[in-house]
Amino acid sequence: MSEKMHMELKVWRQAGPGQPGRFVTYDAPGVSPDMSFLEMLDLVNERLVEDGEEPFAFDHDCREGICGSCGLMINGQAHGPERATATCQLHMRKFSDGDQVTVEPWRAAAFPVIKDLAVDRSTLDRIVEAGGYITVATGSAPDANLIPIPKPVADASMDAAACIGCGACVAACPNGAAQLFTSAKLQHLNLLPQGQAERWDRTISMVEEMESFFGSCTNHGECEEACPKSISIDFIALLNRDYVRAQLKQRRLAGQSFP
Amino acid sequence: MAQATSTKERPAAQPVRKPLGRGVAWPVAFYRSAVGKKWVMAVTGLMLLGFVLVHMIGNLKLYLSRQDINLYGEALRDLGGHLVPHTSLLWLLRGGIVVALVLHLHSAVTLTRLNSRARPDKYQAPRDYIAANFASRTMRYSGVLIAFYLLFHLADLTWGNANPDFVRGDPYNNLVYSFQRVPVAILYAVANVALGVHLLHGVWSVFQSLGINNPRFNRARRLLAQGVVAVIVVGNVSFPIAVQAGIVDLECPHTDPVAPCEAAAASAR
Ligand code: FES
Repeated sequence: MSEKMHMELKVWRQAGPGQPGRFVTYDAPGVSPDMSFLEMLDLVNERLVEDGEEPFAFDHDCREGICGSCGLMINGQAHGPERATATCQLHMRKFSDGDQVTVEPWRAAAFPVIKDLAVDRSTLDRIVEAGGYITVATGSAPDANLIPIPKPVADASMDAAACIGCGACVAACPNGAAQLFTSAKLQHLNLLPQGQAERWDRTISMVEEMESFFGSCTNHGECEEACPKSISIDFIALLNRDYVRAQLKQRRLAGQSFP
Repeated sequence: MAQATSTKERPAAQPVRKPLGRGVAWPVAFYRSAVGKKWVMAVTGLMLLGFVLVHMIGNLKLYLSRQDINLYGEALRDLGGHLVPHTSLLWLLRGGIVVALVLHLHSAVTLTRLNSRARPDKYQAPRDYIAANFASRTMRYSGVLIAFYLLFHLADLTWGNANPDFVRGDPYNNLVYSFQRVPVAILYAVANVALGVHLLHGVWSVFQSLGINNPRFNRARRLLAQGVVAVIVVGNVSFPIAVQAGIVDLECPHTDPVAPCEAAAASAR
């Protein structure tokens, strides 16, 4: 059995939306290096409950890196020090005995704090609602591979579709921009034949919804580093390209409807 | 035993900007959007970069002779020859540069303000940046520094009010007199280093903003930025150094600015 670690935890406590918050320091002995970061938080919270104190709130669900619920600023990095890893899959062995670990919620105008470490990320859902879908005829399922798609295109689309919507890109961005999220949600459809019919409308709608709540991309590349799915900022370039083309295409399409 | 209390109120994110508005002319709609502004920023940045490059290459004539660089200046005013009125094409180019500069600054200021609205509450604990580098994080400061320097640079070498020895139509002498003043030489070098830092991020950023992306050459984009910066900074900073070191000095002060210098003519003989 591995040695237990003794850590010190600095957690952001905030009673509710818009309330003042502050860091509270908790002693965290008996942390196993095999624990995930969330299990370590559970451990501290259980002790708080036993001591009659209020545990701190944080978001989590699948705990296997696929739902995107978890997401914390750990020592100034979104999802902590390990690359391509969500907070739930971050192991405590990445820290050392005696470390002080600071945990802060995502910070953005679009992500208001609900309580302590939990933030409301429904603005991301709004971007998807604005155009992150395709229209298909319902009925019996079509044959698989009915539409041939070149392998590199399918791969690129899948790389974009790996986005779990955790919001780490926004959290890590010095501008609070959601460009990486939006570009992933946009390009996994725009790259495929099935996404073509609504491509230009989708591009404009999603970009405009994004711009209502988020900042603007200045190409720092912090989002790519923070992304638990290693989604590339190349998709942001594709979003930028599609947005210009959409502005031009929309005009042509509109022209066709009024001959 | 305490239980986690639930929060009754749900927070609602407020928009950080006015709706873009449908139905306006597309260039307007495009410029209203942040992605469009970044596009404008990239295009105007490229125009300004083109100007800086041509400006630097033209100034290399300093190393030929006073006559060469002064004739180059005259040739710029005479662009288009007898086809167009004297200096008209030059004014057209200047106009383009000014428009580019204004749009570049306007989009930068608007986007910066949007970005600070998008993160009203800063992180309370120190951030640990991984990808963002010094150049990308100081764009606004290097930009402002360059803008202020530009004003001085124009007053010094174009309008002449910051240069007591200014003679219109004699850029060689104006430049040598100017750079013989140590503070001016240092200021010029510092401004050019700031320009280099600005371009280090800017040139790479252009590709992202314009969506010029291809796995085949993506790695070369950073290298290109470094190459462009090296050429511009080395070229520009060499001028004050050459003057301070006496490599370039007043060959024949206050005679006809475009006549060949006696000394140069003598050595050529
Ligand atoms: S809890 Fe589902 S991704 Fe971490």
